[in-house]
Amino acid sequence: MELFTNQILAGIATGAIYACMALAVVMIYQAIDHLNFAQGEMAMFATFISWQLMQWGVPYWGAFVITLVLSFLGGIAIERILFKPLAKAPILTNVAGFIALFAIINSCAGLIWDFTIKQYPTPFGSAPFLGSQLISTHQAGMIGVTLLLLIGLFFFFQYTRIGLAMRAAAALPESARLVGINTSWMIALGWGMASAIGAIAGMLIAPVVFLEPNMMGGVLIYGFAAAVLGGLTSPFGAVIGGFLMGIFENLAGTYIPGVGNELKLPIALALIISVLVVKPAGLFGRHIVKRV
Amino acid sequence: MSAAEEVVAEGHEAVEAVPKRAMTLGTGTSLVVVVLLLIVPLFTKNFIIFQMTMLLIYGLAVLALNILTGGSGQFSLGQSAFYAIGAYISAVLMEQFNVNYALTLPISGVLCFGVGFLFGKPALRLSGVYLALATFALATAMPQLLKLNFLEQWTGGVQGLVVTKPDAPFGLKMSQDMWLYYFTLAVTLAIYIFSVNLLRSRSGRAFMAIRDNEIAASAMGVDVALYKTLAFGISAGITGVAGGLGAIAVQFVAPDSYTITLAISLFLGMVVGGVGWLPGSFVGAAFIIFVPNIAESISKGLSGAVFGVLLFLVIFLVPHGARQIAIVGQQLIGKLRKT
Amino acid sequence: MTTLLNVKDLRAYYGQVQALHGLSFSLNEGSLTTLLGANGAGKTTTLRAICNMVRSTGAVEFEGKPLNNRATENIVRFGIAHVPQGRGTFTNMTVEENLQLGAITRKDNSGIVSDIERMYAHFPVLKQRHTQQAGTLSGGEQQMLAVARALMLRPRLMLLDEPSFGLAPLVVRDLFGILGKINREDKVTILVVEQNAQLALELADQAYVIETGRIVMSGNAKDIAKNEDIRKSYLGY
Repeated sequence: MELFTNQILAGIATGAIYACMALAVVMIYQAIDHLNFAQGEMAMFATFISWQLMQWGVPYWGAFVITLVLSFLGGIAIERILFKPLAKAPILTNVAGFIALFAIINSCAGLIWDFTIKQYPTPFGSAPFLGSQLISTHQAGMIGVTLLLLIGLFFFFQYTRIGLAMRAAAALPESARLVGINTSWMIALGWGMASAIGAIAGMLIAPVVFLEPNMMGGVLIYGFAAAVLGGLTSPFGAVIGGFLMGIFENLAGTYIPGVGNELKLPIALALIISVLVVKPAGLFGRHIVKRV
Repeated sequence: MSAAEEVVAEGHEAVEAVPKRAMTLGTGTSLVVVVLLLIVPLFTKNFIIFQMTMLLIYGLAVLALNILTGGSGQFSLGQSAFYAIGAYISAVLMEQFNVNYALTLPISGVLCFGVGFLFGKPALRLSGVYLALATFALATAMPQLLKLNFLEQWTGGVQGLVVTKPDAPFGLKMSQDMWLYYFTLAVTLAIYIFSVNLLRSRSGRAFMAIRDNEIAASAMGVDVALYKTLAFGISAGITGVAGGLGAIAVQFVAPDSYTITLAISLFLGMVVGGVGWLPGSFVGAAFIIFVPNIAESISKGLSGAVFGVLLFLVIFLVPHGARQIAIVGQQLIGKLRKT
Repeated sequence: MTTLLNVKDLRAYYGQVQALHGLSFSLNEGSLTTLLGANGAGKTTTLRAICNMVRSTGAVEFEGKPLNNRATENIVRFGIAHVPQGRGTFTNMTVEENLQLGAITRKDNSGIVSDIERMYAHFPVLKQRHTQQAGTLSGGEQQMLAVARALMLRPRLMLLDEPSFGLAPLVVRDLFGILGKINREDKVTILVVEQNAQLALELADQAYVIETGRIVMSGNAKDIAKNEDIRKSYLGY
C-alpha cells in the first residue's frame, strides 16, 4: 500500500510537468482550433534564451520575465510571418507548417547551443517538500505555478472582454467578425499567449529533465495527451489530465509486468484512448450541442 | 488571387471536397508517365534505380494514406505501424519460413487489412485530433512491440532481420536492383489502378460522402461505420504491401526503422502531393526521399532547418500541393486549345 | 429624408461565378426595407457584399463614407449589425455571453449592462435562459437571440438574412412584430432579406425585388403587395 501511495505522489510530481505543458496546448487550441506540433520546440527555445540570459549574468527572475515578454512577441511574430499567409490553406497544410517549424527551431537550437545537456536552475530549491522524498520543493513550486496559471487563464477567458472575443473568434470566425472582432489578431494573440505559457512550462521543466534541444519531445506528447484526456476546451481539464497522465504512467511502470520505460507511453496513450472512446470530448471537455 | 487558387480555395473543411474525376490523371498523361517509368531505368545506374524503387514504395504508402484521408476524411499518424507490420510479415515469412517473396506481399496486405479494419473499429468513435492521437499511439507503440522478448525468435529483437534480395526469375539477364524495380512497378501499377477504380466505385462514393458530411451520408443510407473501418482496412492493407516491398528493397528490417518519424514523413508526402489527389502521392514520395538529402547537402549542421524552410517554401507556393500545379497546367492547356 | 446606405452598381463573385450583376439601391434613414426574390437570386450575396464578405466591385456608401475595401470587422464599427443566414449564434456559449459579444466593440460598460437588461425586457425568454448554452435554444429562441445580439451594438443599420427561415408561422409573426417595434421606437434602419414575401411586404415600407443578381422592381411595399402581376411573376403567392 505504501508503494502505491508513493507511486501516486511521484506521479503527481511528474504530472505537474505535463499539466503545465497541457495548459499551453489548450491555450493554442482555443485560439486556432488545432494543435501546434512545434509548441514544445518553441518552449525549448525560450528556455534556452532564459539560460543564455542567466549565463550573461541576469538574475533568475529577471531572465524569467524577459523570456516571457520575448516569447509572447516571438509567438505573435511567428503567426504573423509564417502562419497568417497560410490562413486560407487547408488545415493539413498548416499541420505540415508546424512540422516544418519544429524542424527549423530544433535544428537552430542545436547549432547555437549544441546538443550537450545543461543544468538549469530552479527558483524553488530542490530539498524534499514537507519531508517527503518523493516531491521536491521544485516540484511543489511547479504545481503551485501551474495552478496559478490555471486560475489566471480561467479569469481571462470567463471574465475579460478580450478573452470572450478570443473564444468567439475560435468558435465561429465569421460570426465573430460580424460582431466586430478582429479574428486575425485574436489568433496572433493566442499564439503569443500560448508561446508565453509554453515558456513558463519550459523553464519549470528544464531543472527536472535538463536543458537540451530535444528536451520537450516526450513532454509535448504527454502534454497533448493530457490536454486531450482532460478535454481540449477546458484549461481545468488539461491540468487534471496532466496529473492523471503522470499517475497512469507511474502506476503502469510499477504494476504492469514487462512494461519498462519504452512501453510506458503507449500504455498511457492506450488508456487515454479508451477514455475517449467512452467520453469523446475528454473528461471535462464541454460537449458541444449541435442542432442538425 | 489566381484562377487556380479560386478553384481550390472555397472549402475550409478539414479535408477539402475533391470531386472524384479530379483525383486522377488523364489517359494521355498517364501513358507518358508509365512509358517513362518503364524506360528510364534502362539508362541509369543501380543506385538511381534503387531510389526509384523506394520512390514507388513510399508513393504506395502515401497513396494509402491518401485513400484514408483524402478519400474518407479520416486522419492517421499511425501509418508507420502498418508499414512495419507489412515489412515484418514479409521478412519473417521469407527468412524464417522460406516463403517466396512475391507470395509474402499478398499475405502482408491481407493481414494488415485485418489489423487496420480492427483498429478502425474503436477509432470509429474518434475524429480529428482524437483520431490523430490514437493513431499516434499505435505508431509509438509499434517499435516497442516489435522488440518484445517472446517475439524475438522470429523478429530478431532489436537486431532486426536481414532479408535476401531476390534474383531475376526465368534466367533474365537483369541486375537484382533492376528486377526489383520492375517487380515493384508492376505491383504499384496494379494497386494504383485498383485505388482509382475503388474511388470511382460505389464504395469510393460512400467514402467521399462520409468525408464531406457524415450525417448526410448516413441519412442517405451509407453504412458509415462499415465504410470508415473499410477505408482504414484498405489503407492499412496497401501500406502493408508497401512495407513488405520496402523490406525486400532495403534488405533489412529493424524496429527502429519504423518510428513515428516515418509516419510523419508519409503525412508530409501526402500534403506536398495534394490531399485527395492520387498521382500526387508519388510527387510527395519524391519530396520526402530527396529533400532531406538536398537539405543535408546544403548544410550539415542546419539540415533540419533547411528542410523546414524548403517545406515552408513549398506550402507557401502551393498550399494545395502538387495538385494545384496540375490544375494550373490543365487550365493552361485548356486555354491553348481554345485559342 | 436622408440616405443612410447607398449601393451603386454592385457586382459580386464566387470564384469565377458572378452572382450580382450591377445592383443599385438606397436605404433612407429610419426606413424598413425588404429585399425579395427567389432562391439563388442573390439576396444573401447582397448582404454579404455590403459587409465585404465576398469579392465584389461597385460602390457601397454608408452616410457618404465608402465601405469597400474595409474589413468586415471594421464595417461593423460604423454601426451596421448583420444577422447572417443561419443566425450565427455562438452555440457553445451562454445566452448572456452571446449578448456581450454583440456589444464587444462598445466601450461603455454601464450602457452594455443596461442594454442587456433592455434585451431581456424585449425578449423575456432570453432572460429565463441566460446561463444556458445558446445551442440548446429552439430555432425561434435562437433567432430572438440573434436579433438581440445585433441590437447590442446599438446599430444604425440592421441587416437581417431570412429571419423567418425554419420558424413556425406564429413565431415569425412575433418576430416581425418585434422588428417593426425596433424600427419605430429605436429608430434603427432595417434591411431584411426574405423569401416570405407576403409577410415581409406587410412589415416593410420599401421593397426591392431581385432576380438572378439584378433588381427588377422597386417601390413602396404596399403598392408592390397590391400589384397582382408582380406578385404572380416574382413573388409566387
